[in-house]
Amino acid sequence: MLTIPPEPSQCGIRSMKPAAFDYARPETLDAAIALLARHGSEAKPIAGGQSLMPMLAFRLAAPRLLVDITRITDLNRVEVSPNGLSLGALVRWRDIERDPRVAQAHPLLREAVRHVAHYQIRNRGTVGGSLAHADPAAELPGIAVTCDARIVIAGARGRRKITATEFFHGPLMTALDDGELIVALELPPFPSARRWAFEEFARRRGDFALAGVALFYDVDPAGRVSEAHVGAIGVSDTPIRLGEAEAVINGTVLSEQLIHKAAAAASAGVEPADDIHASGAYRRSLLGVLTERALARASGIPIAESA
Amino acid sequence: MSNTVRTAFVVNGKSAQADVEPRTTLADCLRRDLKLTGTHIGCEHGVCGACTVLIDGEAVRACLTLAVQADGRAITTVEGLPGADPAALGPLQAAFRKHHALQCGFCTPGILTTAHALLSEEPHADAERIREVLSGNLCRCTGYVTIVEAVLEARAAYGGPAYQGGGHHR
Repeated sequence: MLTIPPEPSQCGIRSMKPAAFDYARPETLDAAIALLARHGSEAKPIAGGQSLMPMLAFRLAAPRLLVDITRITDLNRVEVSPNGLSLGALVRWRDIERDPRVAQAHPLLREAVRHVAHYQIRNRGTVGGSLAHADPAAELPGIAVTCDARIVIAGARGRRKITATEFFHGPLMTALDDGELIVALELPPFPSARRWAFEEFARRRGDFALAGVALFYDVDPAGRVSEAHVGAIGVSDTPIRLGEAEAVINGTVLSEQLIHKAAAAASAGVEPADDIHASGAYRRSLLGVLTERALARASGIPIAESA
Repeated sequence: MSNTVRTAFVVNGKSAQADVEPRTTLADCLRRDLKLTGTHIGCEHGVCGACTVLIDGEAVRACLTLAVQADGRAITTVEGLPGADPAALGPLQAAFRKHHALQCGFCTPGILTTAHALLSEEPHADAERIREVLSGNLCRCTGYVTIVEAVLEARAAYGGPAYQGGGHHR
């Protein structure tokens, strides 16, 4: 005979998905850093929690202490200056999307951020959280690498700044040491005449991209490309620059033929692994198509897609 | 087991408090401690949207928010939306009924709260924007057509355009 067990709450047991942890909510950056330093690898900072909460639910992360940094008001600033755009660690996707200064100062960032996750997640997910989580398919790490951004990190021994390329070590792995906290992302100035584009493909809106391309370049009065930066997400252990594709277009006057050549160089420059979402060969082919589309959009040159 | 933390918020306009373990999600706290079972829990890792509630007017996933993080905030659940009284449905619920915008109903609380947040901020949201926002709420029954139609009709009550009707059925 089938017996129905009582509700867990009626047995005095409450099921919980995450392992137990203690919780602290410091009001200042110094207090947060002191807590993180004291507890080392047993502590983790949490802000919006949009990456960490699923990790806790799956028990892929099981810190003894969560340090909630969301009430530290110094970390939610967006600053535009001649030195570029600075985003505090607590700036949310929603804040970037709605700030006209960001649209003006860094249209490439704004376009990329439009693709991040879903409406509800965009209301909580933060700049610092996305960088610290370091998903190889995430948009902001890709923009940071493509744009030579620097990440400002605070720890018990003071502050340090490192380039985004140095920061990302592998899937979900970064240069952050125990006890350290990301405080800001600094993007260099983005001249308004610069040509740029962002393209990604995901199966459903808000999903992580199977591949994505962020690129920009400057054009001299004779129409020649310089300063080409082409970056890719979803095709490697970290977001990467595609130096071969950059070399194809630097110093040239772009044409449809060169766009096809740059796309072929982008594909040839990566070796994505097979996974449950797509084969490596598919991602490599997709990267070429997205590079073509991005260069066509940035340059205004119509192209016949080769793939 | 770690200690519990006294957590206080305003839920649907009324003060509420609960003693929760820090690892308790806001979704579990609402359902178990406050007995507000209108908030549904589907995936518990931020994919399905069924647990969507509003914190200080913004739609969030209650399974990806710790109850302790909501301390001091104003929370709105599906029970707190306008017209939760079955005798006098609010504009969203009435439009959902009219357009048959639900079948099994499991996802409906999350969709209603999401749509309420959207229309409160963007009463002129068009069908494309509504679809984009509702992409964060999984519904496996309806195919979304009737949901989008219902939200389009409800816009007028939030200060948006009058409903033209029918144009978005495909």
